[in-house]
Amino acid sequence: MTTIDTRATSATTDGPATAGTTGVARLDTVAAWLTSTDHKRIGRLFIGSSLAAMLAATATGIVLGIERTYADREVFDTAAMPQLFAGFRVGLVFGVGIPLLVGLTVAIVPLQLGSRSLAFPRVAQTGFWAWAIGLVLVVVALANNGGPGGGNADMVDLFLAAHGLLVVGLTMATATVAATVLTSRAPGMTMRRLPVFSWSALVASIMLVLSLPVLLGVLIYLFVDHRNDRVAFGGHTGIGPWTAFAFTQPATYLMAIPALGLAAELIAVTFRRRLAVRGVLFIGLGLVGVAGLAAVTQQQLFLVRWRGSGLSLDEFGSTFKDLVPWALFLGLPLLGALVVLATGAFTAKGARPRLVGPFLFAFLGVGMILTGMVGALAYPISDLGLVGTVFEEGSFIYVVYGSVLAGLGGVAYWAPKWWGRTLPNKALLGLAGLGFIATVLASLPYYVAGFADQPAGAVDFDYSGPVKLWNVAVLAGHTLMFVTVAAFAGLAVKTFTGDGESSVDDPWEAHTLEWATSSPAPVQNFADVHTVASSEPLLDLRAGPGDPETEHRP
Amino acid sequence: MTQALPAAPQPPPRRQVLIGTALGCAAGTMLVGGMLAVWILMRERVVATGEPWVPEDASIPEVPSNIMFISFFALLLFAQWAVHAMKRRQRVNTGLALGTTAVVAIAIINAQGYVYSQMELPIAGSGYGPMFYSITGVFLVLMVIGLGYTGVAAFRVLGGREDDELVISHALYWYFVSAAFAAIWLFVYVTK
Repeated sequence: MTTIDTRATSATTDGPATAGTTGVARLDTVAAWLTSTDHKRIGRLFIGSSLAAMLAATATGIVLGIERTYADREVFDTAAMPQLFAGFRVGLVFGVGIPLLVGLTVAIVPLQLGSRSLAFPRVAQTGFWAWAIGLVLVVVALANNGGPGGGNADMVDLFLAAHGLLVVGLTMATATVAATVLTSRAPGMTMRRLPVFSWSALVASIMLVLSLPVLLGVLIYLFVDHRNDRVAFGGHTGIGPWTAFAFTQPATYLMAIPALGLAAELIAVTFRRRLAVRGVLFIGLGLVGVAGLAAVTQQQLFLVRWRGSGLSLDEFGSTFKDLVPWALFLGLPLLGALVVLATGAFTAKGARPRLVGPFLFAFLGVGMILTGMVGALAYPISDLGLVGTVFEEGSFIYVVYGSVLAGLGGVAYWAPKWWGRTLPNKALLGLAGLGFIATVLASLPYYVAGFADQPAGAVDFDYSGPVKLWNVAVLAGHTLMFVTVAAFAGLAVKTFTGDGESSVDDPWEAHTLEWATSSPAPVQNFADVHTVASSEPLLDLRAGPGDPETEHRP
Repeated sequence: MTQALPAAPQPPPRRQVLIGTALGCAAGTMLVGGMLAVWILMRERVVATGEPWVPEDASIPEVPSNIMFISFFALLLFAQWAVHAMKRRQRVNTGLALGTTAVVAIAIINAQGYVYSQMELPIAGSGYGPMFYSITGVFLVLMVIGLGYTGVAAFRVLGGREDDELVISHALYWYFVSAAFAAIWLFVYVTK
């Protein structure tokens, strides 16, 4: 046995101590951040940028909400609405949801695996810059009437090229996460002993590596076609239909996989229990990954003609053909998420939880994701008449905002490993509650308005019912989400710059290897390479060798 | 407080380059596969309207595309020879094998250029042109990446590094590009 004391010196940590007081020192610090190959820094660059993008995306949601609330008059320039709708979707999926979860996995997975670094850190760093530059250029293009349906041809070209760059960047970063899990585990850490979050990161990153290049291929076609004759793909009007598969359910479930993994891990920590039936849990997370196959095959809508009791045997063949993709791409991921929740409930049975902010964030986030998944399952059933309504947008916001809430929980949970301080629990609990209310307000009214036939992607409509009420509620939801994210970011910056309680190495009495090193973790993570003999090495350590559960762990 | 866990010696990296290359190949397969799927779909749609898929004034030269297809067998043979030689620590043979791999790759790129010059297909004027140049352009990018990979492998081997894994990963990449071209050859050049 070796006692590990990896407390970092000021020269090797990312904490506030590194920030110099002179201008040159500050420049050095900025340069060190921008060129760093330390996975924790790259991950935090992803997380920080995606939170900034979240503020921009929710601001766009607020503008769209105002325009929809006053559907009878023109508040903003309605010609800009297609760009705002496109910006909202692109921003939430490729600016916020995926990069936030990729950032978390890049920053945490090597620590969980007991590895000293990420595999191919320069690839991850290049991926970050490709993504960040691509995202900025996408925003520039959208602001200048580019994007789907845009009227400025040069800006439409820029939008397509920048979107391709962004996709390449995310693919590079996710590939490094998958390579790290497959190659850089601590001695003794078999695949069955992987921490749940790392397993979810592996599933999500492999599915992203398989599905993002398909989108890239479509973008290449669209770009070359748009630059030239605009015959094959319909020019700027073809961009939306051809790329929609990446911005709708079930492709958006891929960002929810790490959120589910995080929630499962936090259940074990919060209830101070070993995770029950880990194998089943792993299968559940894998089932959610099936959603990636829909993106791989560029499918987005599976019309299911239910026909009630009118179903005859003659129609069985065509009905079966309708049902299979629906059940496969929307049903199986929902089943997987339910399996994750069921194993969590099994783990928590009979135990008393500690009410901690990160857990509440993750728990509520997963609840939102599940509600979105149920909505996505109902949406294609043609008898319900929801296709083409805002019902789909409600489901989309549930999934994305739910993933963001869980992601914020992850940031709060692992903050001690990044800057050595814990975020105040009371503030976190309040923000988690606010985020929950925001998500429900931003999405549930669209479920109702969908049944009332409010059209999707439109700001000019009229239908029977309290039109204004639903849209005001959604507007309030986006506004509250903006406040939640801004307040969370403020809280994080405040603790990062030195305000707040210094953290011990393992403030949560957690189970996985990242808590075996000092807080904040040094540049190379660990002084020694650990040997692990179970899936919960730190729990075993606390329980001691005589613990019967320790003896029988895989 | 720090935690006490048994320490282990630093484990060797577990085939990181090979796994990284395999992931890159998987991504590349999805890129080419996705583009071919869209190609087949668009072709079906155009043919269903009774219009010709390939513009009537365009002809697809079959000889250079067949030569490219055959050349990949030679390329794979040389890439595999590099693996064989590297495993036996025959540095000169490995360097020679990597060099001939690069020569064949350059010849394939040249043949693709010849296809372009023979076809004289304008990129504008039809739905076919942009799609043809997109998919063959992606193939050319894959070839250039492969050439770069060969260059890095040769540089390291001739510089004295006895790195089996790098040469094996290099061969894996060329297997992927060969499979990708076989699919492009079948759907773009043979089926048309």
